[in-house]
Amino acid sequence: MAEAVLAKPGDVLPAGTKGVVTDFSSDKQAFHVPWGKAMMWIFLLSDTFIFSCFLVSYMTVRMSAADPWPYPSEVFALSFGGDPIPLVLIAIMTFVLITSSGTMAMAVNMGYRKDRNKTFWLMVATAALGATFVGMQAFEWTKLIVDEGVRPWGNPMGAAQFGSSFFMITGFHGMHVSAGVIYLLVVAIRVKSGFYERRGGKYEIVEIAGLYWHFVDLVWVFIFAFFYLW
Amino acid sequence: MADKEGQQHPISIYLWIWGLLFVVSFFSYMVDYLNLQGTLRWTLILLFMFVKAGFIVAIFMHMQWERLALKLAILTPPIAIIVLIGLMALEGDYTFLTRIEFFGESDFVPQSPH
Repeated sequence: MAEAVLAKPGDVLPAGTKGVVTDFSSDKQAFHVPWGKAMMWIFLLSDTFIFSCFLVSYMTVRMSAADPWPYPSEVFALSFGGDPIPLVLIAIMTFVLITSSGTMAMAVNMGYRKDRNKTFWLMVATAALGATFVGMQAFEWTKLIVDEGVRPWGNPMGAAQFGSSFFMITGFHGMHVSAGVIYLLVVAIRVKSGFYERRGGKYEIVEIAGLYWHFVDLVWVFIFAFFYLW
Repeated sequence: MADKEGQQHPISIYLWIWGLLFVVSFFSYMVDYLNLQGTLRWTLILLFMFVKAGFIVAIFMHMQWERLALKLAILTPPIAIIVLIGLMALEGDYTFLTRIEFFGESDFVPQSPH
């Protein structure tokens, strides 16, 4: 009978498959990360399934549509005076979101260095870029609804299912970005005000908020590929 | 590496990945801009998509430095989605063929959005 394995702070945990066995069979704690981080990962896993359901149902209606599917490259083209440039707004939105992921990664790093001022400003920058993204999305929705006549039940450019897929997928993603902006601002203000200093000076909360934000960016990678490029 | 101090890594690695994400995103936009079609189009779309997703999860979300137990717990369940994709692709194909069989080919005339 092996002796009970109780990890104490400072213990060296076994690596590799042996580590998996000891982690999952340990008495108190399977994941040796802060509990908030483990819970955020599990939430993100469930969110992965929600977005997957949306994208898979989009695939199903697109495959089963007898009418031609509107060509996203033309639908989302934007003209700045001259010829319409294909998908240009979506490309800008993609770059804005990647930039915000970069500033968030830096904020996490500064958080662990306990540089509260830099962490605060980097998180505010991330939230501002997120708000910019939502603003551009609102512009895109307006253009589609008002100028191009896209409705959840039909549109003049092709299969009727295009509208409902588009509004559902990008709407749910936009809601995630909006929630993320609020979440980031709350954490940023608490970092600045010294709230976490009074609670033992731990800044893993910045990393947990960062996980959520990177996930929003990750979902956009898939939406961009499947909805806009395909 | 997942120690009590949390995830601390050199800033240079984030800047590198940040730059790479920009470059790969530019490539995936170019797939559309250059109007590539057919097998080449979706191969490139999927390739760039998985490269970007991999970088974000591995580096930005620090998965690369987590213990194997967490990696397995989070990264293996999404494999089930492949089954859903397969089932729904069969279903979508069947619905499409049924529509063509009963309603005939579409006579929809699409309008240009511009």
